[in-house]
Amino acid sequence: MSNPRQNSRASVLSGVTRLGHRVNDALQRLGFAARFFVMLLLLSGQSFRRLHLTIRELYFSGFQSLLIIMVSGLFIGMVLGMQGYETLQRYGSAEALGVLVALSLVRELGPVVAALLFASRAGSSITAEIGLMKATEQLTAMDMMAVNPIARVVAPRFWGGVISMPLLAALFSTAGVFGGYLIGVVFIGVDEGAFWSQMQASVDFRYDIWSGIIKSFVFGVAVSLIAVFEGYDAVPTAEGVSSSIKSTVVQSALAILALDFVLTSFMFREA
Amino acid sequence: MSRKLLDLWVGIFVAVGLAGMLFLALKVGNLSAGNFAETYPVTAKFANIGGLKVRAPVKSAGVVVGRVVDIHFDPSEYEAVVTFNIDERYRFPKDTFALILTAGLLGEQYVGLDPGGDEKMLAANDVISKTQSAVVLESLISQFMFSKASEAPSE
Repeated sequence: MSNPRQNSRASVLSGVTRLGHRVNDALQRLGFAARFFVMLLLLSGQSFRRLHLTIRELYFSGFQSLLIIMVSGLFIGMVLGMQGYETLQRYGSAEALGVLVALSLVRELGPVVAALLFASRAGSSITAEIGLMKATEQLTAMDMMAVNPIARVVAPRFWGGVISMPLLAALFSTAGVFGGYLIGVVFIGVDEGAFWSQMQASVDFRYDIWSGIIKSFVFGVAVSLIAVFEGYDAVPTAEGVSSSIKSTVVQSALAILALDFVLTSFMFREA
Repeated sequence: MSRKLLDLWVGIFVAVGLAGMLFLALKVGNLSAGNFAETYPVTAKFANIGGLKVRAPVKSAGVVVGRVVDIHFDPSEYEAVVTFNIDERYRFPKDTFALILTAGLLGEQYVGLDPGGDEKMLAANDVISKTQSAVVLESLISQFMFSKASEAPSE
């Protein structure tokens, strides 16, 4: 192949081939993920019959995330209190601090930041656990013993995450509101009555709080699904498991932020 | 860890989480105060509603007695039709005045009800005929400027 023209044509062709392979792989993986999700839902009934498995996962992913969620919520609320006061007092409306803290937590920061923390705290460990089970051929062994690994291992972890997420997001918002109260009312001295009454007057249950709960539920499904799928689909080597964990965190973060944009534009469209 | 202890911790987790949701609903939100159990709808037509929005409060004597549920434009009379639900506990005379008012200088707008003296009371789906539109800042300023200009002595 001395002809330079033919050479460049060959390299372009191989580039196209590689691109095609990539697209093909990605689509195949997406199809497998969808099939996996449907299987997971179908086998959930089977795993709910042994409820203690799900309760165990609730303990590991929910209860053990409690501390980091509450502490981060408290700090975010305190920062919101300080920054919000700094800006609001320029316009002489420091009493609206409660509204600012509560609305930004309940609508956005609560579900989103709690889900990001949950993905890195619990999602990564779920992926590591399932991936390592696959690498040490425990999943294959279960299959041999006629125990479906999706019903026995995957579904409880998925539902544990889905149930934990709204509870954790609500606690995050609660801790944040308390943090804002601590800074705003206790340290800075915003009037306590105005803080609570303005907050209650402008935070609507159905419009603000309920949509926050729906958001955190959707994030819970997304993060848990990504975590269990990455673990189940991991290349069964040490390197493969570590790259699965990495992509769990990255994909969860992207999924949460993208879904948040979509959900927000649906929920808060009307003026 | 034994299963009983595990159940206990998970129980605590779920209870605390639900308590958080309850706190958000009752203390942060307005679930306890904002929703009226029984309401009846009343309609009023305004020439201009300014910045009135759906879910804005309806107040009488400063007390919230209802909420705006629907705003639409009537193309035959070129007027804004505002529907609001009033709490069943409160009854207003038929000649009640509906005004669009502003909370504070630049605050949100709400519907104010000024009760008249009629013996008959408003029923569900009644239309309030006496209304006063929102004050538009621009027309207020231009009125003020015209009156100032006419006041000025001719030199």
